[in-house]
Amino acid sequence: MNNKDLLNLIDITVSFEGFLALNKLNLNLKKGELRAVIGPNGAGKTTFLDVITGKVKPTNGEVIFKGKSLVGRKEHKIARLGVGRKFQSPRIFENLTVKENLEISVTTPKSPLNLINKNIKDEQLNEIERLMKIVNLAQKVDSKAGSLSHGQKQWLEIAMLVGQKPDLMLVDEPVAGLTDEETDLTADLLKSLSGENTVVVIDHDMEFIRRLDSNVSVLNQGTVLCEGTMETIQKDKKVIDVYLGRPED
Amino acid sequence: MSLSKIKFDKKIILTFWIILIALIIAAPTLLPVFRLNLLGRYLSLSIVALGVDLIWGYTGLLSLGQGIFFALGGYCAAMYLQITSSSEFPNNIPEFFALYGVEKLPFFWEPFRSPVFTFFAIWTIPALVAGLIGFLVFRNRIKGVYFSILTQASLLVFFNFFNGQQKLINGTNGLKTDVTQLFGQMVGSESMQRMFFWVTAILVIASWFFAKWVVKGRFGNILIGIRDDEPRVRFTGYNPVIFKTIIFSIAGALAGISGALYTVQSGIVSPQFMTVPFSIEMVIWVAVGGRGTLLGAILGAVFINYAKSLVSEALPASWMFIQGGLFILVVTALPEGVLGWIQGDGPRNLLQRFGLKRKIETYPSLEINNKEKK
Repeated sequence: MNNKDLLNLIDITVSFEGFLALNKLNLNLKKGELRAVIGPNGAGKTTFLDVITGKVKPTNGEVIFKGKSLVGRKEHKIARLGVGRKFQSPRIFENLTVKENLEISVTTPKSPLNLINKNIKDEQLNEIERLMKIVNLAQKVDSKAGSLSHGQKQWLEIAMLVGQKPDLMLVDEPVAGLTDEETDLTADLLKSLSGENTVVVIDHDMEFIRRLDSNVSVLNQGTVLCEGTMETIQKDKKVIDVYLGRPED
Repeated sequence: MSLSKIKFDKKIILTFWIILIALIIAAPTLLPVFRLNLLGRYLSLSIVALGVDLIWGYTGLLSLGQGIFFALGGYCAAMYLQITSSSEFPNNIPEFFALYGVEKLPFFWEPFRSPVFTFFAIWTIPALVAGLIGFLVFRNRIKGVYFSILTQASLLVFFNFFNGQQKLINGTNGLKTDVTQLFGQMVGSESMQRMFFWVTAILVIASWFFAKWVVKGRFGNILIGIRDDEPRVRFTGYNPVIFKTIIFSIAGALAGISGALYTVQSGIVSPQFMTVPFSIEMVIWVAVGGRGTLLGAILGAVFINYAKSLVSEALPASWMFIQGGLFILVVTALPEGVLGWIQGDGPRNLLQRFGLKRKIETYPSLEINNKEKK
């Protein structure tokens, strides 16, 4: 552990009635880093996010974020500390408009009194405009989010994530169901976010991960199998065995 | 939503308000006092329905226990009226106490000598009780059906308690208000009943504006967010427990006001206000009128109750079947309720079904048409 680390997962174990979803997982993230996490189905990728965001309490181990332990904190408290999450399937509020969705994410403080008493601040409105331009939704301001296409929903959720201004962004399968062009744009967007933000991307799509051009952690059976650049892990024999498969020739 | 649709909705709402206000102004001169009194009662029920719409239509909390808060408001009003009209009775306490040999007024009656205290108690006591029940339930993340069952169980607890306490609040007989005095007049008198009608009408409109204000902006959007995807709201940094507790308290306060107005217009409050069917009926009014529309809750409460009294006069004992049928019809054919159906594409679809309006051609059907031509 050193001072530049934003997040440390130390010996995290999660047991669901005896089944070990995570098994002594260790992972460190530096501030400003972009990290891809891959792994076969059931490797514990989503559980790993659940532990950080407070949805699942680890049976054992410690999560240190900005020097504070996250274990036992409520989800909304963790979110307010600066952990944002994008879900696997786009989870946006379909009955609200694009703008209302973004309002929910950029509003601070997130107390009932502030919401009912005051109008939204000008700088937050500007932020919403900026976000809508980034994800090309400026034309859809007042459309119901439910009427967007799948790709637009994914992007709206990414915009909502950015609008929360989290120090750590956890992005679960952002390109599932997107076209190749949209996938490339998403990769560029995520790359541009790192540096200022720390971003963790979980995905299956190898082309997409390669395009991110970042360090990759490979999960298998609830633990980190291997870490390194795409080139390194592609040559790693253990990784080839469990995940990438042997070359077909 | 397109611009023309918004204008259309605004027109409906404006027309509705003009008709409503005209009716309210005309009602006291047009209707005999018996009918006017009935209308006043049903209007007061629409306030509790507004609360149900806030918690169920907007926030997704199906409470089957609103009768608790409704009755609490009613009891607060009735206790004040009884105690201030008890000067001729033995020991200067309400008459019924003598039946059970009670000579000293139970302590919790004392503050109800004050009209100011009563004025606040009518809505704050139900709000506090709702807030307490709500907080405990929401904090433990009890949701959906389990929430509904819990509220119904609480309702039964309250019902049994009030039903059994003869020496405290006259138990199953309830507290009568029509023979008590207010401002030197009999509460049950014609002039007082007319006054209560006006008070009710004004409070219905005020409650509607209040509810509208609550759901209007970002606060209302969070409520809708909680209804549609609560974990997502949580991961965005909001604490749903607080939002749900607040809205449940607001609904409780509205129920209390509603109960007090209903009590003074029907002349009695009793544990019958806390029976299971009555609280379920409140949900039916909102379901039929249209969830998440506010206006639908008011219309549902007034029209269903008016229909109930008209049908019961013509064909006694048939109302339960009609009400059940109405509920089944709404659930199966109009899941958004009558108002939701009107605001949605309901009328257009109906006209299309009778061939009175042409269908809009969508892309898939255009393709099919082209293929057929080939």
